[in-house]
Amino acid sequence: MDIAKELLAGNRLALSKAITAIENEYEEATDIMRQLYPHTGHAYVLGITGPPGAGKSTMTEKVAKAYRDQGKTVGIIAVDPTSPFTGGAILGDRIRMNSLTLDEGVFIRSMGTRGSLGGLSHKTADAVKALDAFGKDIIIVETVGVGQSEVDIVKAADTTVVVLIPGMGDDIQAIKAGILEIGDLFTVNKSDLDGADKLVKEINMMLDLDSLMTDWRPPISKVVASRGEGIDLLLADVEKHRSYIEGNGELNRRRTKRAKDELLDILSAGIEKRIKEKTEGRMDGFVESLKKRETDPYSLVSDLMGEMLK
Amino acid sequence: MEKKIRVLVAKPGLDGHDRGAKVIARALRDAGFEVIYTGLRQTPEQIAEAALQEDVNVVAMSILSGAHPHLFPKVVELVREKGLTDALIIGGGVIPEGDIPALKEAGVAEVFTPGTNTADVVEFIKNNVKL
Repeated sequence: MDIAKELLAGNRLALSKAITAIENEYEEATDIMRQLYPHTGHAYVLGITGPPGAGKSTMTEKVAKAYRDQGKTVGIIAVDPTSPFTGGAILGDRIRMNSLTLDEGVFIRSMGTRGSLGGLSHKTADAVKALDAFGKDIIIVETVGVGQSEVDIVKAADTTVVVLIPGMGDDIQAIKAGILEIGDLFTVNKSDLDGADKLVKEINMMLDLDSLMTDWRPPISKVVASRGEGIDLLLADVEKHRSYIEGNGELNRRRTKRAKDELLDILSAGIEKRIKEKTEGRMDGFVESLKKRETDPYSLVSDLMGEMLK
Repeated sequence: MEKKIRVLVAKPGLDGHDRGAKVIARALRDAGFEVIYTGLRQTPEQIAEAALQEDVNVVAMSILSGAHPHLFPKVVELVREKGLTDALIIGGGVIPEGDIPALKEAGVAEVFTPGTNTADVVEFIKNNVKL
C-alpha cells in the first residue's frame, strides 16, 4: 500500500498505518511525512490537559460530539503514560469515547508517552499532522494526566484547555507554577460537586495576580462532562479564543514558533543520528582513553565535530 | 525504535464481568505491550473499528456470557474486512472445551480458559504475533 497516497485519498487504514510508522520510526516514516506535509496546516488543534481523573477523556468525547453536530470532522490523539520500567502501557482513554467509534467523521488514536515526560509523546506532533493531512477539521489532543510541569501541549495546540476539578486540595498555589500558566481557558469539570464555585474563585484570584496577562483573560466555564452540561459554554470559550488569536496575529505567531521548533527538533535528531553512526564502535575506546586521562572530553568533541562537519 | 506490540483488549457482548480482561490487560502491560482497553459491552463493529484506528497487532477478547460462538467469529470477520489481515485474534473466558475447535476454525488463533497462567498468554502472543 502506498500509505501517503492512500491516506490523502481518505483511506482510514492508511491513516492508521501512517501513525504506526511515525510512532515506531519506521524508515518509510520520513518519506510519508514528506508527502503529507504540504497538505497540513488546515486543522485547528485543541489541547485538553489536566490532572488524572479530571475527566479529560469524557470531555474530549463530548467536545468532539459537539463539533460533529456542527458538521466538522474530528481527529483525536489520546495520550496515556508508558511504564518507565517495562515499556508497556494501558491506553484507556477510548473507554470514555465509545460512542464515537462508529462515527466515520471521527478518528481516535491512543498513544503511549514512550519515555517523553512533557505530557505527550515525541511523535504526537507528527500524528497530528497525519490527521490534519487526512482532512480533519478539528484535532483534539488529550494529554496524560498531568501534575505540575507537563506543558508540552502548548507547543502542539492552538488553544489549550486546562480541566480542573473541585476537591483536589484547598489551595490552588500548589499547582500554580505549572499547568495553570498554560491555560488559554479553564474549565471546572464535575462542577455539581461541592467546592466548584470556590475553585472558580481561586482560579480567578490566580488570574488577578497574573502580571504577564495580555488583554486575553482566560475564561472559566463550569461543566459536568459526564452529562454534557456546559459543553456549549466551553465550546463558546474555545471559539472566542480562536477568533481572538486569529484576529491579533497570535495564532500566526504560535504556528511560526511551532514550525521553527519542529525544524530544530528534526535537525537535532538528524545530527544525533549522524553522531551515532560516526562514532559506532569507537565509543568504548573514547571512554577508555578518557578514564586513563589520555585525552579530555572537550578536545575529543572538538575533533569529532571537525570530523563530522566535513 | 523497536516495533511495539499493540493489543486491543475488548469485551464483546453484554456481560459486565471485566475482572479477567483487566487482569490480562495488566499482565500484557507488564510484558511491555501497549494495551488499548475499550471497556465493556462492545459490539463486534466497534471492536473492529477500534482495531483499525489503533492499528493493533493483537485483538484479545473476553466473554463470560456464552455468546462466544456468535461474537468471536463475527469479530474475526469484521477485523479481516477492515484490512487488518495479519492481526492475531485470541479469545478467553468461560468457554466450553467443545466450542473451541469451531472457534479456531473461524480464525480465533487461541482460546484461553479459566486457570490460564497470564505468562502463557504473553508467551503465545510473543510467539505468534506478526509485526
